Amino acid sequence: MNAQEKWIAFITLVRKEIQRFLRIWPQTLVPPAITMSLYFVIFGQLIGSRIGQMGGYTYMEFVVPGLVMMAVVTNSYANVVSSFYGAKFQRFIEELLVSPTPNYIILWGYIIGGVSRGLLVGLLVTLLSLFFTKLQVTNLFVTVSIVLMTSILFSLAGFINAVFANSFDDISIIPVFVLTPLTYLGGVFYSVDLLPDFWASVSHINPMLYIVNAFRYGILGVSDVDVRIAFAMVTLFTIVGFSYCLHLLNNGTRLRQ
Amino acid sequence: MTNALEIKNLRKVYDNKFEALKGIDLEVKKGDFFALLGPNGAGKSTTIGIICSLVKKTSGEVRIFGHSIDDDFATAKKYIGVVPQEFNFSNFEKLFQIVSNQAGYYGLNRKLAQERTEKYLRLLGLWDKRDEPARMLSGGMKRRLMIARALVHEPQLLILDEPTAGVDIELRRSMWDFLTKINEAGTTIILTTHYLEEAESLCRNIAIIDQGKLVKNTDMKSLLSTLNSETFVLDLGAEIAPDFSLGDFTVKRRDAHTLEVMVDKTRGINEVFRALDERGIDILSMRNKSNRLEELFVGLTGQGAKNGAAQ
Repeated sequence: MNAQEKWIAFITLVRKEIQRFLRIWPQTLVPPAITMSLYFVIFGQLIGSRIGQMGGYTYMEFVVPGLVMMAVVTNSYANVVSSFYGAKFQRFIEELLVSPTPNYIILWGYIIGGVSRGLLVGLLVTLLSLFFTKLQVTNLFVTVSIVLMTSILFSLAGFINAVFANSFDDISIIPVFVLTPLTYLGGVFYSVDLLPDFWASVSHINPMLYIVNAFRYGILGVSDVDVRIAFAMVTLFTIVGFSYCLHLLNNGTRLRQ
Repeated sequence: MTNALEIKNLRKVYDNKFEALKGIDLEVKKGDFFALLGPNGAGKSTTIGIICSLVKKTSGEVRIFGHSIDDDFATAKKYIGVVPQEFNFSNFEKLFQIVSNQAGYYGLNRKLAQERTEKYLRLLGLWDKRDEPARMLSGGMKRRLMIARALVHEPQLLILDEPTAGVDIELRRSMWDFLTKINEAGTTIILTTHYLEEAESLCRNIAIIDQGKLVKNTDMKSLLSTLNSETFVLDLGAEIAPDFSLGDFTVKRRDAHTLEVMVDKTRGINEVFRALDERGIDILSMRNKSNRLEELFVGLTGQGAKNGAAQ
């Protein structure tokens, strides 16, 4: 395939992936919007008003970046894991496998699909948050780059999950038992400074803490961790994740007998 | 002339140690209409899977129009269109999207992809259904959808794995006509089928695989000429006794008015007619007991209708 043909194949796959999550918007776009609105009302307004300041900001201001990032992470992941596993389950992944489309284009197609949904839901949640608080971006570069890299990283994670999944149960185990606890314990709702020393130290091995705090730094200008470490970590995980996903595709793991 | 397909010493051992292919050699000429037959589990689908990259070979060589799948699979894949045995499209996508997306995966620009999609959906009688999700189609329409999708990049080699399985007779005949036309237009076709009549009617050359080995690879005429005898079923105008015999012909009385007669090639059917005429028995109609290829197939593989391979 020449470069133009590869580009066409890539755009075709990206368009298909975006059409997929837009077609099923009641499953993909509405639930996170409702869930996050409830978080804003309950944690931000009702409970948050009694909490007072956190990190020098109102609790609502503090919690919004974390919730936006949580939406980006879960939706990027969910999009790729369900789309790729669905393609495997109904066997229409073979449409791509028999075609001359290179594996790295297939991988990027699914990644951009996941990133698109992650960013769209992130944008929806951000817009909803404006009903509850004012938002300003302190560092645009940090905000945009961390949200983009995080959505790529979790799209890759969703891809790995989908490759190894043998049933629909398998595509919900990781989000429920790994992703959600890490996110909830990753400083979305609180500053780790509030924790006893031991648990604050334990929190520092949670990658979600770095991601959430880097994004919060971009919006509010405050962070529990060094933002450079967050960028280094996300970059490293993304490179390793991409290489591993490409290896799985090249090897035909669980795809080619 | 470059062969459409060349397979040399192809072997496949699955992870569970099952040896599906035990060293197959095969050549399919450009422009051929080729039948790949064999009982269930013989290795047909494994062979096709390797050709179109859904199965990894253990060893051996495969070339598509001279392009090795080891060195230049992307180019080799461009030559191939594949219609698998099982439905493998998204049930939720519309027909037009399924076919035009496939064109995109082969690098066809959007305008050309849409033109080709319209062309092949029309040719296969699916244009009116273009905006319906695939799950709304009947079984026969789903098969035709997979043919349209396989043709959208206009491959030079079309591989069909059981294309008419579960399809009614009328549709099967129309698919045969369609495949004959595209073969006449220059597309090489490789077909696996359980309907041996289909292979006999359509294909010029044939390979029979059994237990991972090639047991026959020849042209259809030569293969059929190896038959030494044929069995005819005669509907008779008069009743025949349970112990009815007809000279030295091997006969079997089905019922009072139906007789099966095995006729040696060297003798001809006229002797049967004469023998019955001498006894004053009219022949109302006559037909082959089974299609000829089926008899050969059973002989070569030692299997057949009992395992559903020759229906």
